[in-house]
Amino acid sequence: MSLAPALHVVLYEGSGAEPLSADERFGALSTLLEQGYAISRTSVSTVEKPEQGALLVLGKFRATPPATDTGVRFHNLANLAPAQLADLVETARAEADAPRHGAWKPWFPVIDYDRCTNCMQCLSFCLFGVYGVDGEKRIQVQNNDNCKTNCPACSRVCPEAAIMFPKYKAGPINGDLVSDADLAKEKMKVDISALLGGDVYAMLRLRSEKAKSRFSKERDSDKALSERQKCLIKLAAAGDIPPEVLMSLPSPEEIVRRAAEAQAKAAAALAEQ
Amino acid sequence: MSQPLPSILYCHCQYAQVVPKEVKDAVLRRLCESGVAFEAVADLCEMSARRDPALARLASSGAVKIAACFPRAVKGLFHQSGADLPLDGAEVLNMRVQSAEEVGAALLDGVVRPNLPSKHTAPSVATPPSV
Repeated sequence: MSLAPALHVVLYEGSGAEPLSADERFGALSTLLEQGYAISRTSVSTVEKPEQGALLVLGKFRATPPATDTGVRFHNLANLAPAQLADLVETARAEADAPRHGAWKPWFPVIDYDRCTNCMQCLSFCLFGVYGVDGEKRIQVQNNDNCKTNCPACSRVCPEAAIMFPKYKAGPINGDLVSDADLAKEKMKVDISALLGGDVYAMLRLRSEKAKSRFSKERDSDKALSERQKCLIKLAAAGDIPPEVLMSLPSPEEIVRRAAEAQAKAAAALAEQ
Repeated sequence: MSQPLPSILYCHCQYAQVVPKEVKDAVLRRLCESGVAFEAVADLCEMSARRDPALARLASSGAVKIAACFPRAVKGLFHQSGADLPLDGAEVLNMRVQSAEEVGAALLDGVVRPNLPSKHTAPSVATPPSV
């Protein structure tokens, strides 16, 4: 995900511009929000340019709007259909070299530090390097992009229900309040083995070894594949982990290597606390 | 002397279907009909992931009312972007569970009822990996 500043849009209805009707306002805002933009709706006569990034000011200007200034663009909204508005803003975004929106579903863990005890279970568990620690050895989310879309598995190993995925369907993972009953659930306990009835990685390794063995004996690749799929379906259902996430796991050897690396990071952080 | 009106932030939760569309649209329409100034963002999660400086500006601008999702999640998203919301000056209206009428009325009443979960300790914003 690009950290470059985004294009900011102002819907201007101040001095020198006609006010928009409520329908026009709603139409323009809906169009731009669906394109991923952030918009300020204002009727004051000054517009503050953000410190970083480009600014596009849209309005029904009474006179010809000023030509493009450094980092600030003006466009007249009058008689603009929604599709034309979307094209206009997209052109301004491209010209400003601002990042495109919507290429990545923003799915990543959010830590509730009111609950987090810095136990490092999440760091130990995640194979994809999403977690790290700061200079004070506190857990933090460092690589949002590495998170597997729709997979809430790390939140299930957190003993304090301190990991949220705001776009998840149910509480407390979606950020809803944590009840005593949530904490009492076996899936919220520290022991990862409680998650899926056994260590997920060990299970995968075992399955893979069995599959290899069967393959070598029977040369029946269809049967081996079917076994693996059955196993993955079971794991996915038990932990609400998307099947595509499990299917995309690396080789057993790589899983072992990454798990060891994550556990070493967690141990180092805990040792320095 | 009267208090300045709180800022208003509306999140469209564009990249998931967890907020009912009819609630989002009704709240946005209510804001548009009211004539008030407000900030509308496509997706707070995406802005948090990008650490958009607009979140820091908003968090430091005084009292704020936010129409989005669960207060615990919104607090975490702001913190993770490097911008802590003021505990005594932020109210989050939850469009996942509240009706559009409730959210719209609360956004526009000019009174902030702080409802973020209380804070104990929090680490610094994400930094490059140190281990």
